[in-house]
Amino acid sequence: MKKQLLALAISLIAAGGAYAQANDTIAKVKASGVITMGVRDSSGALAYTLGDGKYTGFHYDVCQHIIADLEKVVGKKLDIKYQLVTSQNRVPLVQNGTVDIECGSTTNNATRQKDVAFANTVYVEEVRIATKAASGINSVADLNGKNVATTTGTTSVQLLRKNERAKGIDFKEVFGKDHAESFLLLESGRADAFVMDGQILAGNIATAKNPADFKIVGEPLSVEPIAIMFRKDDPAFKKLANDTIAAMVKSGEMAKLYDKWFMQPIPPKNTKVGLPASEATKAAWANLNDKPAEDYLKK
Amino acid sequence: MDWQVFLNDDGSGRTYLQWMFDAWGWTLAVAGCSWVVAMVVGSLMGVLRTLPNSPWLVRLANAWVELFRNIPLLVQIFLWYFVLPKIFPAMQAVPGFTLVVFALGFFTSSRIAEQVRAGIQALPKGQRYAGMAVGFTTMQTYRYVILPMAFRIIFPPLTSESMNLLKNSSVAFAVSISELTMFAMQAQEETSRGVEVYLAVTALYAVSAFAVNRVMAFVEKKMQIPGFIVATGTGGGH
Repeated sequence: MKKQLLALAISLIAAGGAYAQANDTIAKVKASGVITMGVRDSSGALAYTLGDGKYTGFHYDVCQHIIADLEKVVGKKLDIKYQLVTSQNRVPLVQNGTVDIECGSTTNNATRQKDVAFANTVYVEEVRIATKAASGINSVADLNGKNVATTTGTTSVQLLRKNERAKGIDFKEVFGKDHAESFLLLESGRADAFVMDGQILAGNIATAKNPADFKIVGEPLSVEPIAIMFRKDDPAFKKLANDTIAAMVKSGEMAKLYDKWFMQPIPPKNTKVGLPASEATKAAWANLNDKPAEDYLKK
Repeated sequence: MDWQVFLNDDGSGRTYLQWMFDAWGWTLAVAGCSWVVAMVVGSLMGVLRTLPNSPWLVRLANAWVELFRNIPLLVQIFLWYFVLPKIFPAMQAVPGFTLVVFALGFFTSSRIAEQVRAGIQALPKGQRYAGMAVGFTTMQTYRYVILPMAFRIIFPPLTSESMNLLKNSSVAFAVSISELTMFAMQAQEETSRGVEVYLAVTALYAVSAFAVNRVMAFVEKKMQIPGFIVATGTGGGH
């Protein structure tokens, strides 16, 4: 028993040590020749899987540009490893050094900024309401007495709850365990509306059996900066990422990438998301920053 | 560690602590109701499987057991929640809570039916003949001779099954029941204090399952027949 405790203590100390020294990403990838990218399997056009261990998406492409610049700095070709992350594990995996750069759909907010750092925002999400075209729901007020679906482990739920309270609207929350299931709740009639990030709604509608049955309605419930995430206290790597992003915006590459992912047909089904860059996204490009979501709400 | 997080408002005027206890209530409600369904249906099916002169009832009960224990629990829940309402639109109106109680109850009933069958078949044949010899009907033989013995024999695995049921109730989150697992996933996302949230939820699951264990052990002790089954507490490999 004592031996086991000792072994446990030693491994904890070792883990703690690794944790402490992992903050210099450039030095770390230079030494190992490996960079681990955190990817998502279904975050709409921002990041998703093509199956077979292949990932793609808008943020994925931005990350590939950052890694290309990183390779120039370290002076060698890097071996890119992909680590699938979820809403639940992405922050801990970045914190503990498993993932070096997370290229999914993470909202940059003040709580998370205590644990991790974010690159400058290149995509601002609007939280919207999707509903059946025939439902007669046109705004938040119409949700009174309705079943509203949202996905477990996302911040939209919290937002919904605050809205519900502020406007005296009473609706029932139903939770899908992922976006596909939340959309199934709407499709199968278990929910009257699905509240989620606009591009996820647009993407789900685009791939639905009958896209014309659904529409996105109402004013945006919130705007949220979505950003690429990496470890805290690593100014050199953060500067490198932000320089890449600034160069991409300046050269027009960013707008071209946006068009590629949100306006053109994309694999695997060659459907269009059809979501033009919002005013908030354009403003983020014009004035690059890593402000958390809270700063957007103050405006 | 920052345990203060449980005192924060979740946006709807209740604290995360209150929300967690609500969620715990849902977990216990799902588990409790499913346990009743599982015990009633499981005992019935287990008994049917051992009837001496009713081959069709035996086949029916066998089919029930094989159906519900060969499909993964999560898949069963989805079948109940999404697929069956598509086929029978009337099921659309059935609340998720009821569906999950029956899904979990039926899944567990197939396992309990196996244990009941095993318990009955573990009895010496002479017990059944004794019942017949004093002129009992099949029903009476089960009621007065076989089942009182069989249930005592299978009490330890029933205890495990009851604890499993409580832990399996976490699948209810897949059909929008706001139980502990869903609370954990949601609260850690909203507060970014996953370690505290998961530790608290772990403790509640452990306390609940251990309470089930203690209650079952108490009943087991009260019910044991002296000299027939080795008293609890003397066995085990410590």
